[in-house]
Order: sequence, then structure tokens, then C-alpha cells
Amino acid sequence: MKILIIEDEPDLLESITQSLEKESFLVEKAMDFDAALDKLLVYEYDCILLDIGLPDGSGLDLLKELKKENRKGSVIIISAKDSLDDKLSGLDLGADDYLVKPFHLAELNARVRSVLRRKEFDGQNILELKNVSIDFTSRNVLINKESLPLNRKEFDILSYFVANKNRLVNKTSLAEHVWGDQIDEADNFEFIYSQIKNLRKKLKDHNAQIEIQAVYGVGYKLIEL
Amino acid sequence: MKLINYTLLYTSIALLVIVGVWAGIFYINMLDEIYDSIDDGLSNSKLLILQKAQTDSSLLYKKQFGESNYSILQISEEKAMAMRDVYKDTLLYMDNEEDYEPVRLLTTSFSIKGGKFYELKIISSMVEEDDLMEDLFYSVLWLYVVLVGSVLAVNVMVLRKVWKPFYRLIDYLQQYRLGKESDKVPVDSTVREFKLLSETVSVLLERNLEVYNSQKQFIENASHELQTPLAISINKLELLAERSDVSEEQLQTIAHVIQSLERLTRLNKSLLLLSKIENKQFAAEEPVDFTVVVKRMVEDFKDLAEFKEISITYHEQEELIQYMNKDLAEMLIANLLKNAIVHNVSGGVVDITIQKNAITIQNTGSLKALNGEKLFSRFYKESIEKGTTGLGLSIVKAILEVYKATIQYRFAEGRHSMVIHF
Repeated sequence: MKILIIEDEPDLLESITQSLEKESFLVEKAMDFDAALDKLLVYEYDCILLDIGLPDGSGLDLLKELKKENRKGSVIIISAKDSLDDKLSGLDLGADDYLVKPFHLAELNARVRSVLRRKEFDGQNILELKNVSIDFTSRNVLINKESLPLNRKEFDILSYFVANKNRLVNKTSLAEHVWGDQIDEADNFEFIYSQIKNLRKKLKDHNAQIEIQAVYGVGYKLIEL
Repeated sequence: MKLINYTLLYTSIALLVIVGVWAGIFYINMLDEIYDSIDDGLSNSKLLILQKAQTDSSLLYKKQFGESNYSILQISEEKAMAMRDVYKDTLLYMDNEEDYEPVRLLTTSFSIKGGKFYELKIISSMVEEDDLMEDLFYSVLWLYVVLVGSVLAVNVMVLRKVWKPFYRLIDYLQQYRLGKESDKVPVDSTVREFKLLSETVSVLLERNLEVYNSQKQFIENASHELQTPLAISINKLELLAERSDVSEEQLQTIAHVIQSLERLTRLNKSLLLLSKIENKQFAAEEPVDFTVVVKRMVEDFKDLAEFKEISITYHEQEELIQYMNKDLAEMLIANLLKNAIVHNVSGGVVDITIQKNAITIQNTGSLKALNGEKLFSRFYKESIEKGTTGLGLSIVKAILEVYKATIQYRFAEGRHSMVIHF
């Protein structure tokens, strides 16, 4: 899978690159409008992370160019502006998702995985992980071909962990992903613990070959057994 | 005290003094003039009597005033030599008045041929001083009343007419809210002072607005500029936390730093949100059914409420549909609901009532009333709840101000209520 990151901030570019490379993506970088345009016109990418505020042009213009050339790569807009207008015009221009800085790397992973899945499987959206099979379209989980009944939140949690398998997922990032932005101030997310506990128990009872480990004080990590 | 009363008070005191002093001086002068003319009359009578006495010796035996106004008495030479003309006021019994009345008395001496000396007393009836004084007093009193009355009338008229622009300006300033759009300062007076006042106020307000706007702009820019460094720091720490050579202890430290940065991020987002609400950047409006919004928010906070063992109930007494921005409506309810849950006690309740023009969110919690005045100001915190920004209720208030709605805090029977009136 090839991903192009268009971001003018070198430190941020570096972190995103490192994180995505851990996920075994092939990552290429562009730091300004012209370099990005050159790359976009020559190569095909599966996913493009696009910063709107580039020093020598708007990312939205790159997006227009991309759509004009009819490239099939998914586009995730990254913006420092949490502006509804930018978001709407970005999505109108054909972007697949919109992410506001600052974001958690785990969230970025989940978004990238999600847009890639949507493009790739065209309805047949199933991920296999050891003896666990997750159908993102019907939101069903099978363990050893046996159905694992999960409520909405549990399924969302599991998807998030799966998208970040073997990665450290911090509590805030999980809470924001599953419970939305509104929840972000509430307590210190102790309440998500009970949900995770249920999910862990269900996985264990069904002899799943994956496990959600608690990393004390930080968050959780999904590992394959 | 009203300006008109002040003017009237000081004018009446000043007029009282002026009219009083004037009355005194007038009285003395008038009296002086009267004495002068009476004394002239007496002096004239004296001359006439003296001329007559030289020829008509019968006069010399008129010892009583009787029917005329003089009396003559023979005296010794020494006494006569020592005498001067003396005018004095005295009392004389008057038959017509049956009382002693004030008279002017001239006492003098004269001699006739043959070396006989006589004392002459001439009287003249006098103004009755008390009558004069009384008349004068009433005239002056009337003058005073009329003067004060006209001052009052003129003042009322002047205040009504001339001060109109002033009161218009006051009205304007009372309505004025910094940062809210408003009309221009009214400048429609022909009075130079009021014109000057209006212009000065106008300049002052413009300058304030400029400072206010630049500060708002500053907050917005600062918040924007903070996003990228925050993103870099959080992401770098996340990568660091994943490294295998990080010890457990170091991991805890990293986690704490990430948490602080997340808190900073939330603060920053809230500040940006406040700026955006105040700048009316949530323009898209649609009819929002609050029952739907409340239902969804209750669902969103269900897990948190369950974790804190708080039961949430809501009733729709009447339908509440408000024409507003949907995101803001959700933020409004979310913030209030979140507060009601977070600042609650284990086993507590949250109750939401929707009425035609009002929403009431009631919750158990601390047993003391909160400070209703400070509650809505930025960064005000009653508790030391971890992770809260202290901006939630400021956001609520900012949203409500956009739609000219109000919110009230009440505490009764151990329950805290927030009542929104549209």
C-alpha cells in the first residue's frame, strides 16, 4: 500500500511517516504544493494525506487537480482549522475524510485503514486476524466461524484496536473515537474501562487468538496470541 | 437626585438669599427716604411756626399738642443753649386709633425778642413700620415664589427639549454591548456640548471595539498557531511511548505529559470554539427539535452516566422547536448534560424537562448552591474536577447569546437547575 503525505511541517511529517511505516505502508513525502503536484501527477497512491494549509498553495487546489486527473487514491484532509466550511468544501471536492490537528496517531491509523478498506473491498469488507473475522459492512464478528455478539460500542472499540493492532492506543484517543468529541472532557475516561472489560471477557470466552492488554496509566494494546 | 432638582434647589437657595438681601436693603432705603421726607416736613413746619411765633404771641402758650401738631414750653436760657434739633421716633396716644401710634418728633428751641426761651415740639404721623414690613414681606414672598416657579418651568422645558439628545445617548449606551453589532452613536444635537459628548463617546467606543476585536483575533490566531506544535508534541510522544527501550516508569511520565497536552488541546479547541461562536461562524440554521437533540445526547452520555451510577430521565411537556444551528444546539445540550453528570454524586439523578420555550436540566450534586454570578465566566471552577477546561458554561452562554436566549441557575431542595429560556 502506497501512501503520500503532503505536509509542510517537517516534525509532523516525520511522526506521521514513522507511524505509518510501522503499519508496513510504503510512505512518500511532499513538503510543498509543487512537489506534491509532481508526485500526484506521476504516481498512483492508495491513500493521500493532504494538509490544506501549504505555504505555496491550498491543498484544496491539489485535490481539484487530483479529481480532474481522475485518480482513484483516497484522500484524507489534515487541517489545523476546525472549520466547517473547509470540511464541507473538502468533502464536496471528493475527499474521503477530514482530520483536525492535533490528532492521535492511532486515530490517523484508524482513518487510513477505514478509507482503504472502503475503496478496496467494495462491499466485501472483511478483515481476518488469526481466528477472528470482522465484517465491517454488516458489523458482525466471527471467532472460529462462531458469531460473537457485540454491542455498538464494543464493535467500535474492537475495530479501533484492530486498526491499531500491536500499537499502543491511549485512552483519550479511544474515547474520542468511540464516544465522539462531546465526551472528551468527562472525567478521565475511567468509564471506558467497564466497556473494555466486557469486550475482553467476550473475546476470552470465545477463545479468540487476540487479546486487549492494558498498559497501565497509558491505555491499551491489541496483540495476537 | 435629578439634575432638575439640583438646579432648582440651588437656584431657590440663591434666590432666597438674593431676594432676602434685596428686600432688606430696599426696606432700609425706603424707610430712610420716608424719614428724610418726614424730617423735611417737620423742619418746614418749624420754620413756619417760628415765623408765626415772632408775631403771634398766643402761640407761645400752646402747651399741649391738641388739635395741631406742635407744643411750646418756656425754658431757661441754659437749657435752650444746650439744645440742638433732635428728631426722634416716639409713641403718642391717638384718639382715632385708640392706641399709641408711632410718630416722628422734632424737639428744638427758639427765642423771641425780649430774651425769652422756648422749647418747640413738632410731631408728624409716621408710616407704621410693621405694616410696611408686612406688606413688603408678602410682596417679596410672592416675587420669590413666582421666580422659583418660572425657573422650574424653564428648567423642565429646557430639560425636556435640550437634554433630549443626552438621554438618547444614555439609552444608547445602556443598550450597547461590546462586540455586538449596533447602530452608530446618535449625534443629532445642536448643543455644542452634547455634540462633543456624542463624538467623544463614539471615538471611545470605536477604540474599545478595535482593542476588543484585535484581542479576539489574537486569541483565535494564537489558538490556531498552537495546533501544529501540539500535534507534533503529542505524536512524537506517542511514538516514544511505543519504543521498546522505554521503561515502565518512563512510560508513566510520557503518559502524563500526553494527558497534559491533551488537556491543552481541549482548552485550545474550546477557546477557538468560543471565538467562532462569538464571530457567528455557525451560520447555517434550521428548525431544531430539542426532543431529538436531547434524546441523542442522553444516548451519547449513557455509558458515562452508567459508569457514575447516575440515572438520566427526560420529559417533553411540550414540543420545543427552535430555529438555530444544529451543531450549536447539540453543543449546548451536551455541555449542560456533561456538567450535570460530571458534577454529580454516585447514585444521583439528572432530569431534563422540555417545555414550549424552555429547557430545564436538573441534577443532584454538591449540597451547596454554586455561585450563580461567576458560574458562566471563563475558567471559573467550583470544584477541582480533573480534566475540565472551565469553559463549558462560557460556551453555553455564548451559544445562547447568539440566539438572544437566557440561562438561569437555581438551587433548591438539593438540586441544581439550569433553565434555558428561548
